Amino acid sequence: MTGSKFEFIQGNIACAKGAAYAGCSFFGGYPITPSTEIAEYMSEYLPKNGGKFIQMEDEIASLGSIIGAALTGAKTMTSTSGPGFSLMQELIGYACIAEVPVVIVDIMRGGPSTGLPTSPAQSDLLQAKWGTHGDHPTIALVPSSVEEMFTETVRAFNLAEYFRTPVLVLGDEIIGHMREKIRIPDPGEIQIINRTVPDNSGICPLPYASDSGKPACIPNFGKSRFHVTGLNHDITGFPTMDPAIVARENERILAKIYEQREIVDKWEEIECKDADILMLSVGSAARAAEEAVKTLRNKGIKAGLFRPLTLWPFPKDTFVKYAERAKYIIVPEMNLGQLKTVAERFTKRSKIIPVNLVNGEPISPEHIISVTNYLNI
Amino acid sequence: MKYEVRFSGSGGQGIILASVILGTAAAIYENKETVQSQAYGPEARGGASKADVIISDEPVGYPKAREIDAMVCLSQKAAKKYITSLKKGGIVIIDSDFVDIPESKKYKLFKLPMSSTTLDKMGKLIALNIVSLSALVSITKIISHEALEKAITDSVPKGTESFNIEAALIGKTLAETAK
Amino acid sequence: MFDYSKYLRASKLPHIWCPGCGHGIVMKSILRAIDKTGWEKDDIVVVSGIGCASRLPGYVDFNTLHTAHGRALAFATGIKLAKPKMHVIVVSGDGDALAIGGNHFIHACRRNIDITTIVFNNGIYGMTGGQYSPTTPDGDRSSTSPLGNMEPEFDVVKIAEGAGATFTARGTSYHVPQLDNYIHKALMHKGFSVVDVIEACYTTHGRVNKKKYPSNIDMLKFQKDNAIPIEKAKKLSEKELEGKIITGIFCEKERTEFTEKYQKIIDSFSGGEK
Repeated sequence: MTGSKFEFIQGNIACAKGAAYAGCSFFGGYPITPSTEIAEYMSEYLPKNGGKFIQMEDEIASLGSIIGAALTGAKTMTSTSGPGFSLMQELIGYACIAEVPVVIVDIMRGGPSTGLPTSPAQSDLLQAKWGTHGDHPTIALVPSSVEEMFTETVRAFNLAEYFRTPVLVLGDEIIGHMREKIRIPDPGEIQIINRTVPDNSGICPLPYASDSGKPACIPNFGKSRFHVTGLNHDITGFPTMDPAIVARENERILAKIYEQREIVDKWEEIECKDADILMLSVGSAARAAEEAVKTLRNKGIKAGLFRPLTLWPFPKDTFVKYAERAKYIIVPEMNLGQLKTVAERFTKRSKIIPVNLVNGEPISPEHIISVTNYLNI
Repeated sequence: MKYEVRFSGSGGQGIILASVILGTAAAIYENKETVQSQAYGPEARGGASKADVIISDEPVGYPKAREIDAMVCLSQKAAKKYITSLKKGGIVIIDSDFVDIPESKKYKLFKLPMSSTTLDKMGKLIALNIVSLSALVSITKIISHEALEKAITDSVPKGTESFNIEAALIGKTLAETAK
Repeated sequence: MFDYSKYLRASKLPHIWCPGCGHGIVMKSILRAIDKTGWEKDDIVVVSGIGCASRLPGYVDFNTLHTAHGRALAFATGIKLAKPKMHVIVVSGDGDALAIGGNHFIHACRRNIDITTIVFNNGIYGMTGGQYSPTTPDGDRSSTSPLGNMEPEFDVVKIAEGAGATFTARGTSYHVPQLDNYIHKALMHKGFSVVDVIEACYTTHGRVNKKKYPSNIDMLKFQKDNAIPIEKAKKLSEKELEGKIITGIFCEKERTEFTEKYQKIIDSFSGGEK
């Protein structure tokens, strides 16, 4: 802990500092509440440290610019909120199929449309998974604290680099704007993963050959010439309509993540092992859920919280293990049941009790506890 | 021990900065578990604005104040809106130049002429947030005045440190006279 | 005879373009212009969006990036800013550059970022089968203007200059030596440069306007007959210029280039590139 420093900062600033820690050297963004502080921080930090910041003309261009920059070898990021995230869907698919590592931070707010720009919501949990067209891999991380805004942003860069894929960080207005004390880790304290680059042999490796078991290799523009396209392509990177190759490659970009779950999965479990009431919650709602669990335990009720930090892919095996023995599954979330649909896929519908709030206010522990009053425990 | 503080008023009065300074003092200089958060509307100036600070010995989960121990109200609208969230026996500090609420057994009311005093002693109203913050610290003793001064120095624009430290002294004196 | 093999990915040929299409003519013109610059192939990035012209990057042996419809300039901006030593060339159709990509186009002009954009302007959405575009001539029929195009057309050069581009030129796929010259000058220009290349698409545009363009040769002849050099055009009235293609270099000026300015700011903090 030598030289390390405690800071009392906003979640959005912790996110920006996490990006800096991970080695982000390029940021393209467009102003949008409640994410703008991230862009503001990067606009000063990057040029002062040899990096580049650009405010693009919209969110599509923002994501386009960071994909382009990433192909030159830079670690890149953008940040946005619901309406901008909707616009970005187009190029999220591009980054998936062209296998370009980028980090996209979505500080969620109320919706649909302009909705409640200054209020919290968890409106994009499913858009993160299904927003862009076509089957594509999704990695989405959901921090619950200012410290996690830092650490999960670092992890997002690590996963993006490792898998050559876009990684989403889903914050919300509460986590983005609240302040907590965090210690910025010393350099080297958190492992930083970097893509591998071709050696100096002058031979461009097949840019879309699979690299299982080690960080992906990406040639950089300016070192070796190769082709990148959003069309289905073969392992040389050029378009193909060969059904066998198209099927194989479409499956590979999913499989590279789903077959290495041990690298991507992360969750927190609080008192889950003997829980009669199991809560499934993420982000800021999970903070209320955790308090509710403590209160219920003090009353002698066996409650527990399962909190995925990697929401996508969903850590279903562990969830199912606890969900099967629990009598009730309570799903508190600031939307009208997005996470609930996930729970429904993996456990009995009749056990699930949704707790939803979409009025711009956070869900309180009391609200969650009030639901348990009617349960037969 | 868990202590919930709410600053309330309208946009532009600096209540978010006041809450950040209190949070910084508690978290960094008194090593407490602290969460600061705010709620605001589209207006940068005017409108209703509130900021919460929760200071505790235990990690703080839910970040919003629910049973408020102490509250600063710089606008009548805010006072009316948030008084019901006050804990029984909680502390309310109002800017008596602009806010008026009845005395009650439910809470301890401090009526401080903060605007007029700030204007009088500092020549400008801009330090009202620091004056009210310092008054709150002095009345509640939730953190030390020294920690407050250090956090002020960390948080205010460069070159305005001594001005704001002076404002903190005014708030302290105002609170001590009121007791 | 110019040896194109140095710049072509032979294994990716033949290209997808139809007989009579101008894209091949313009691609060769670009390759000759690039050759004249003496740049290393590794230092060149060719970026495109979606459309017939946007398939060009697949055929040329540079760093090549085929992006999404309209977004080439957004990607290209990221590449150029992240790695200013790269020579960035955007190839784009008229619909790609001016309709779906119009906002990116004007903002790239405004930034005066050192990118050369070649607009393959055949006045039609060719790849989707011939719908009217922002540059389809007034009255021309297309699959979505069966009664004749009712919308007025964009003037690419005027938009570019108005938005801040510091080099603009217009050529045609008929006047090839002139086109080589415009593209070469655009590549060498420091700042955002635009070359509007008037082309023809007989397959989807000519065939449904037989009276105006009886054959694909007539479409090239149309360019020959209607092109007027800018110097000559200056002496003619607006009425005399109606329906004409004004060719030449329209603007060539110096203005601070975006990535250079950015680097100066960085250097003022670090004393050099990191």
